[in-house]
Amino acid sequence: MITELGHFALILAVLVAAVQMVVPALGAYQRDARLMSVAEPAALSQLTLLTFAFLALMHAYVTSDFSVANVATNSHSTKPLLYKISGVWGNHEGSMLLWVLILAIFGAAVALFGRNLPATLRANVLSVQASIAVAFGLFILLTSNPFVRLEPAPFDGRGLNPILQDPALSFHPPFLYMGYVGFSMAFSFAIAALIEGRTDAAWARWVRPWTLLAWMCLTIGIAMGSWWAYYELGWGGWWFWDPVENASFMPWLAGTALLHSALVMEKRDALKVWTVLLAILTFSMSLMGTFLVRSGVLSSVHAFAVDPQRGVFVLAIMVLFTGGGLALFAYRARELRQGGIFAPISREGALVLNNILLTTACATVLVGTLYPLALESLTGEKISVGAPYFNMTFGPLMLPLLLAMPFGPYLAWKRGDVYAAAQRLFVAALVAIAAIAVTFAVTKPGPWLAPFGIAIGVWVMAGAISELLFRAKAGNANLEEVLRRLRNLPRSVFGTALAHFGVGMMVIGIIATSAYQTERVLLMKVGDTVDVAGYALTFNGAKAGQGPNYKEQIGSFTVQRDGAPVTTLQPEKRLYDAPPQPTTEAGIYNAWTGDLYVVLGDEQTSGGWAVRAYFHPFVRFIWLGALVMFIAGAVSLSDRRLRVGAPQRARRSPAAVPAE
Amino acid sequence: MTRKQRRGILIGAGVAILSVAAILVMFAFRSSIVFFHTPSDIATSKVPAGQRIRLGGLVEKGSVVRGEGTHVKFAVTDTLQTIPVSFSGILPDLFREGQGVVAEGRIEPDGHFAADSVLAKHDETYMPPEVAKALKEKGVTLGEGATHETKAAGETASP
Repeated sequence: MITELGHFALILAVLVAAVQMVVPALGAYQRDARLMSVAEPAALSQLTLLTFAFLALMHAYVTSDFSVANVATNSHSTKPLLYKISGVWGNHEGSMLLWVLILAIFGAAVALFGRNLPATLRANVLSVQASIAVAFGLFILLTSNPFVRLEPAPFDGRGLNPILQDPALSFHPPFLYMGYVGFSMAFSFAIAALIEGRTDAAWARWVRPWTLLAWMCLTIGIAMGSWWAYYELGWGGWWFWDPVENASFMPWLAGTALLHSALVMEKRDALKVWTVLLAILTFSMSLMGTFLVRSGVLSSVHAFAVDPQRGVFVLAIMVLFTGGGLALFAYRARELRQGGIFAPISREGALVLNNILLTTACATVLVGTLYPLALESLTGEKISVGAPYFNMTFGPLMLPLLLAMPFGPYLAWKRGDVYAAAQRLFVAALVAIAAIAVTFAVTKPGPWLAPFGIAIGVWVMAGAISELLFRAKAGNANLEEVLRRLRNLPRSVFGTALAHFGVGMMVIGIIATSAYQTERVLLMKVGDTVDVAGYALTFNGAKAGQGPNYKEQIGSFTVQRDGAPVTTLQPEKRLYDAPPQPTTEAGIYNAWTGDLYVVLGDEQTSGGWAVRAYFHPFVRFIWLGALVMFIAGAVSLSDRRLRVGAPQRARRSPAAVPAE
Repeated sequence: MTRKQRRGILIGAGVAILSVAAILVMFAFRSSIVFFHTPSDIATSKVPAGQRIRLGGLVEKGSVVRGEGTHVKFAVTDTLQTIPVSFSGILPDLFREGQGVVAEGRIEPDGHFAADSVLAKHDETYMPPEVAKALKEKGVTLGEGATHETKAAGETASP
């Protein structure tokens, strides 16, 4: 019964969204406040209805109602509660419901917090937002309905793919969708601006916090997925350039560019046309990601759906919104008046460079992701584009970005002075050069390029710190004065420094683990010892065990370093009951310098076990860096100027940021 | 500098970076793309020896032989042709006789395939689509190939 009510609520939500799509836009066109006022209650009731629908599906999962086809296919009565709940979005239909729910949350947020927006802008934004909801609502109802019943109901469900039964992965999709869908706000604002033929700094001040929020969630969502792949898939890789990963990475790249260009627009009223275009493109990348993952065109673990009907539907949605957005842009962009001018060497110029490099990088990822699909559909030839392609194209584009990154915040708006910036970055450069020497000394003989990579990470981190210290006038004042100045810096300055610092950490993690990883694959009998990067790993044998919904083989390894015991690692091989599928649980010992990572392979007929042991130096810096970036976003978001719903107030007190 | 000149510089920078990227992309495509082939493709010598390829098909029943250490030999078949494969390392969890597999590596002069990575996708009902499609083209029906030896796998999938 609750399931049917959920289904009904979903249908109602789509109808409400249809009203919200048409009426407020009409009101904005006719300047009719009554028509425009429909938007707010519509957005709120849409959210209420979708929340109800989502909870109804969750209820079916928690109570293991296998008469619901979606539950029967993706859940199992013995599954732990957390995975019954996360199972709601661990499948195609449920995750699409989550998608539109998050869309509705963002729409309702504009309705609630956007009361001080210009009335027509708000009405148009909510209309565009609702049009996305209508498209995806229809998609769910017509091709991927999670509320379909089974007759007769099976005795038990087929279970959730065991490798998805994992805490980090339970929260990976919601964060990812917050990111994907969050960019719809930037899109809706861009379309509304084009409809009105007008954008200004207030527009950018509105778009930026939403973009920032979406970007934060996407950052942490991608990091969670990467971390999960690292410890769950059992070969210690943290990024595979798999099309599904790229699907989330492309909106991230475009969104990062958008964050920076919206900054220029807000502060200097420049780059308007570009920012609007980028807002459209960023959401297009989100739609592209949704298409790639949800249509089943890819051969990957994430592609649950293999149904051409769905693929064509999502493709149509993507073409409609991207094509429609770009067409409107082509038609109306010249209406947007040009704003402030700036010299090529300036803060604006640096942010433009950032934008060019990020969007180009995004384009290379897009080409690498789509080319195999295009080639196969055109010629039937099947190819795979893997890590070497992306390392060759994406890597070189990141190099100038990282080298230039510390300069950006040091350059003044309008016209900057590179030499002055370079002088101020002198200490950071010295630290980076020292890092080269230290890395060489510690790792020799090693790859000769890697120390330079480490140094680039250090350079970015040191540059971020030095900027904060410079602003606090460290060196010219006593400690108390410096601390007072630091406290008084706008939070967005801290946010920038912290985010750049996180990027530096991530670079160090990536370079260190790629260049200096140790790998041992061998056959071990009980009592055998192997040396992995200074750790002595002794195999004590393996025994059988039983988990809540799986059987397992647990290996036991004693880890020693310089004769002193360090820890015991217990990697597992599990066989889940439903669906019957083996998984690998790595045994991981984490030290500051890196992870010791042990995987139990197959038992050999000749006795002994196949064992794979790695040392991944500084690998955690990759995810810690992402976490720092997430926190940086939160710090920035807490800046009063950016607080959602406070643009007007901030407008009355401009010049909150020292212009250098 | 006029507004036009400034814009010119920006556009110039954009075009320059885009061209560099385009050149990188072309080079990368030329050197790093890996083609997918079936054992029949290789038998009909459509594949130059020494080129890095992906080989897809079914692991032939009874073909898995574990050697010294982590060396393992098995055969990949599309039921028309069979290619012997050698590999050193740990096979993925879902590697099973009679099931779909994709191996990446090179064909050696003696005709066997030296794989440096073996992929078996992480889903019990999952057949890599390129394998499924290639097999279908060869007229092979998969039928019950994907049903699994639930119990047997508990004692580790060894021959």
